[in-house]
Amino acid sequence: MIELILSERCIACGTCAKVCPDDVLRTDAAGEPVIAHKEDCQTCYLCELFCPVDALYVSPRTAPDPTVDAAALIAAGLVGSYRRELGWARGRPGGTETDLSYRMHEAFTEPFGEIWKRSGI
Amino acid sequence: MSESTLHLTADVLVIGGGPAGCWAALAARRAGASVVLAEKGYVGTSGATPPANTTLFYTVPGDRLQNDGMVDHRVAPAKGFIVRDFVRRVYDETTVNTELMTRWGYPWPRNETGKTFRGNLRGPDYMIFLRKRLLAEGVRILDHSPALELLTADGVAAGAAGITRRTGDRWEVRAGAVVVATGGCAFRSGVVGTHNLTGDGYLLAAEAGARFSGMEFSGQWALAPAEGGLTKGIIYFSGSFSDADGTPIPHPGVPDALAAGRSVHAVLDRADPYLEDGYRKGQPNIFVYFHRLGGNPFTDRYPVRLLYEGTVRAAGGLDVDERCATSVPGLYAVGDATTREKLTGAAMSGGGPAVAWCIASGTWAGQAATAFARQFAAGTAGLAGRPVHAIGGAGLRPAANPDPERTAEAVTRAVQQEILPLDRNYRRTGAGIAAALERLDGLWEAARDGLAPPAGATPRDIVRAREAAALVATARWILASAGQRTETRGLHRRADFPGLDPAQHHHLLSGGLDRVWVRRADPHEEAVAA
Ligand SMILES: Cc1cc2nc3c(=O)[nH]c(=O)nc-3n(C[C@H](O)[C@H](O)[C@H](O)COP(=O)(O)OP(=O)(O)OC[C@H]3O[C@@H](n4cnc5c(N)ncnc54)[C@H](O)[C@@H]3O)c2cc1C
Ligand code: SF4
Ligand code: SF4
Repeated sequence: MIELILSERCIACGTCAKVCPDDVLRTDAAGEPVIAHKEDCQTCYLCELFCPVDALYVSPRTAPDPTVDAAALIAAGLVGSYRRELGWARGRPGGTETDLSYRMHEAFTEPFGEIWKRSGI
Repeated sequence: MSESTLHLTADVLVIGGGPAGCWAALAARRAGASVVLAEKGYVGTSGATPPANTTLFYTVPGDRLQNDGMVDHRVAPAKGFIVRDFVRRVYDETTVNTELMTRWGYPWPRNETGKTFRGNLRGPDYMIFLRKRLLAEGVRILDHSPALELLTADGVAAGAAGITRRTGDRWEVRAGAVVVATGGCAFRSGVVGTHNLTGDGYLLAAEAGARFSGMEFSGQWALAPAEGGLTKGIIYFSGSFSDADGTPIPHPGVPDALAAGRSVHAVLDRADPYLEDGYRKGQPNIFVYFHRLGGNPFTDRYPVRLLYEGTVRAAGGLDVDERCATSVPGLYAVGDATTREKLTGAAMSGGGPAVAWCIASGTWAGQAATAFARQFAAGTAGLAGRPVHAIGGAGLRPAANPDPERTAEAVTRAVQQEILPLDRNYRRTGAGIAAALERLDGLWEAARDGLAPPAGATPRDIVRAREAAALVATARWILASAGQRTETRGLHRRADFPGLDPAQHHHLLSGGLDRVWVRRADPHEEAVAA
């Protein structure tokens, strides 16, 4: 579930509220993002990807996470970790071209692994 | 609340902006139609695909071995209904459209031979790419705008009406044809990506008289780490399972162990470093859980749970013909909202076929809907001037006095209590189905009569009430169909009929609102029997 909006980082661009598929995030009268309906959060991490400044943290727990500690998460490099793993930056996509998923497909039990080895175009 | 209504007309209205809806909108636009796409959430992040990443099946032109291998791969697990020639057409159409993506600049990864590999669509990248393409082609996107009901003109689908979640403003789109692309229904079980997938499209189509096929093939349960909701299954090809004491459990035995209340742990101990790198650099979404909460899934056992996905990446859904037309004139359906029995039989459609079907069905429906819409002139002489009726009922317009006890939350919880408990639903019994149906029939009547957004309702309340009605209706089509199939086949499991009965290689069509009906239909003449 969405747990943190780090106000010291947030530039109030409104993107997270725009892209959240479940209408969890909204902007208030001052344009600052707020968690309006936490119970609707589907733990998809997508708001994190679109945030240009890594100001959001979603816990992998689908129930509220009492262990979340902003300073510790930042120190551990976990805020923004998903977008870095994907290769996204400043709220924009990147990294698809280095996706190594073909290795999973080629590892399927034969003959299907062989079929995937022939699936380059 | 001060509300206004946005009035639009379009040749084609698409409801739902997952991959199937996006491809339908693109195909209609490219065929010359004006197109509006209304999405409950946000096109690019909503639906099952963006958080998941999806394996895609396709045919490589000119490679017979590859083509036959792709098509044949799901024939045995299908347990009937699958039609090879149809599957082939779906994968061929997929390849044609991935070529379009190449032309539009999609950054495909490459395999060891240096060729483009199209077998994995990274969810957020793919969906944002499609969003940009929709805008470039001139599709009008309405984000955060759930459709609540269909408009019809003399029994022909003629548009839809809905609400804008942020403002409470209403919208009404009059259209020459409507494409339902609202995905499957996972009953708010907690599966990541399915929060918006509440069967809305089924309900609004059924109100116009549309029917379903294969709703009993919806016993799609998937593994997630015990505290998480991401149900990516591909890692378990490299996994081993054990109980609390470390006693091994074979993979096929995992659901029954969990249904019996045993704790089950997984570890991905069958991946070598090369493959581990493939998982980590292909599906980073899976590993956020472990990165953030601790533990290495390749070496450390972790507890898992099963979550219900319902008709998402399962088999049952709206019954459509080869052009993706429903039984209602002017109404088309695509992707997870439809039956996928000819594609993957009674088994799950995920893992490659499902998203190929989104591309193919979207393309075919977009083209067919455009052709259908050509009969209507523009302006008040045609589309805008047709006398239309808004036909939504339950959850929107209560048939009797609103009952304050019938809140959307209470109705949703009551449906979930019938459909989500693993022990009663992984394998069902005839008696269990009958008892659940009786309770759900009562719930339907109460919801139809009394479920309404409360006084001073927010847009969220209005949407929730309609979603709750859709959940009740969907559960009834599923269970009524499950009661009529006295065997175990694919995603339909009966504890009282554990074997497959070759005499039951027939489809079960279903439909109806106040009175749910189920009847048999012959499989396609070329369908491969189990
Ligand atoms: C964890 C997971 C992994 C998967 N992996 C694979 C895989 O590897 N390969 C594969 O082939 N398939 C896979 N699938 C299945 C695949 O994601 C789906 O088949 C696909 O997303 C279906 O696309 P769709 O467009 O039909 O529906 P969806 O993508 O679910 O989109 C439906 C859209 O309709 C919108 N909507 C709903 N109601 C309304 C309304 N009332 N008004 C307006 N809009 C509405 C929703 O918000 C949503 O955006 C996976 C699914 C899951 C959950
Ligand atoms: S994790 Fe997903 S649902 Fe939750 S707030 Fe972020 S975008 Fe919204
Ligand atoms: S996307 Fe990030 S920077 Fe923009 S409003 Fe949201 S939290 Fe603030």
